Amino acid sequence: MNWTWLHKFASPPHAYRLAGRLAPWFGWPAFLLIVAGLYGGLVLAPADYQQGDAFRILYVHAPSAWMSMFIYATMSVAAAIGLIWRIKLAHAVAAASAPVGAWFTFVALTTGAVWGKPMWGTWWVWDARLTSELILLFLYVGLIALRASIDDRDRADRASAVLAIVGVVNLPIIHYSVYWWNTLHQGATITKLGKPSITGEMLWPLLTMMVAFTLYYGGVLMLRLRAEILRRERDASWLQKELAA
Amino acid sequence: MERTSPAAAAMLMYRRDLVLAFRHWDQVAQPVVFFAMVTTLFPLALSPELGELRQLAGGVLWVAALLAALLGLEFLFRADHADGTLEQMLLSGQPLALLAVAKGAAHWTVCGLPLVLVSPLLAISLGVPTGALCAVMLSLALGTGILSALGAIGAALTLGLRRGSMLLSLLVLPLAMPALIFGARAIDMAIEGEAARGPLLLLAAMLVLVLTLAPLAVGSALRISAE
Repeated sequence: MNWTWLHKFASPPHAYRLAGRLAPWFGWPAFLLIVAGLYGGLVLAPADYQQGDAFRILYVHAPSAWMSMFIYATMSVAAAIGLIWRIKLAHAVAAASAPVGAWFTFVALTTGAVWGKPMWGTWWVWDARLTSELILLFLYVGLIALRASIDDRDRADRASAVLAIVGVVNLPIIHYSVYWWNTLHQGATITKLGKPSITGEMLWPLLTMMVAFTLYYGGVLMLRLRAEILRRERDASWLQKELAA
Repeated sequence: MERTSPAAAAMLMYRRDLVLAFRHWDQVAQPVVFFAMVTTLFPLALSPELGELRQLAGGVLWVAALLAALLGLEFLFRADHADGTLEQMLLSGQPLALLAVAKGAAHWTVCGLPLVLVSPLLAISLGVPTGALCAVMLSLALGTGILSALGAIGAALTLGLRRGSMLLSLLVLPLAMPALIFGARAIDMAIEGEAARGPLLLLAAMLVLVLTLAPLAVGSALRISAE
């Protein structure tokens, strides 16, 4: 079989141009869907019979939590590809993804805290999901810190890739052990909060927001990938020509 | 010329690391002293009441042991990296993962085992009943093993970096949290007079998993760091 079409994706000039062309195709749908989802979630959906309007923070909180995990998975797959097949572009994807994922994790945590204040009466509860989200944030911070403290680009890429893979093997263990720890300590009253079967009017804006956030990540990834390629290839001749044109 | 078998090479590596470690008694003693000191901080900070301390003993012992074990991790590969031994290990043609196991085992013998051995004393000072001391030692023995293996990955990744020790804790602590949960829980259950088998078996399962996978990660991390 002819694999040249695949190798083309791994070449920085091609990826640089492709990412530039794709970015609006992610960005605009993301923008439109966020507008639609927010309108549906904040205006059209009825208030929750128990939580009132406070539940509407769900439309930012749940998609952020979803993205925090989705990006970690994407990043680890990219890192593994980079490590196994020595594709530098895959490392660039992983490097571009980590801060976005960390930020989504942070957003999920803060919106969770803001939601917790009216619902549980405190800003923070050692709930299983919140705790594993917090540990996920630590994993992201560790990855970013490791990459930042290694000067040699190639070593930074591969070391971060090893760490990302170790982290992804550990994530299920962390998740389930935290779950087990929490249920022993305080019962599963809170974990059910986000999960009552919800009506269609409440559901479609949530799904819309999830798709929108995923597309948003795609768009931001394209832009960040371009920046990453610029940084990595700053001495390459193709880039001089590309920028001169 | 006859080649040294991988098992013999690993054994040599283990013995060499032990000899080197015991020539620096101060370094071997440091984690133990640190462990004892951190444990002493808690009665001073919280309350000298043994009944209250007993409720916290599992968590206190585990957090203190975790921090003490972290302290020693930094030295796991540093000297070998500095004097070129690591490069010789890479060039020796022996499986790097196996050498990593040997180094990790030596590190545990020097750094983890002493913590396990002094833990009954500290546990008694926190009001842990004598019936639970066995669970304390078992859970710390398994836990320090897990930490040595996980820590070896972190130590290999941060080899030769500026501010490496801070970074090392940042990388290793989140990974060690499941072990902390089960380990502290096992001690708590033993103190309350329940059978601590469940969490101890889970800890043992974790140790087996980590011992299986970590050497591979350590091997590739060492290769990356030494290039």
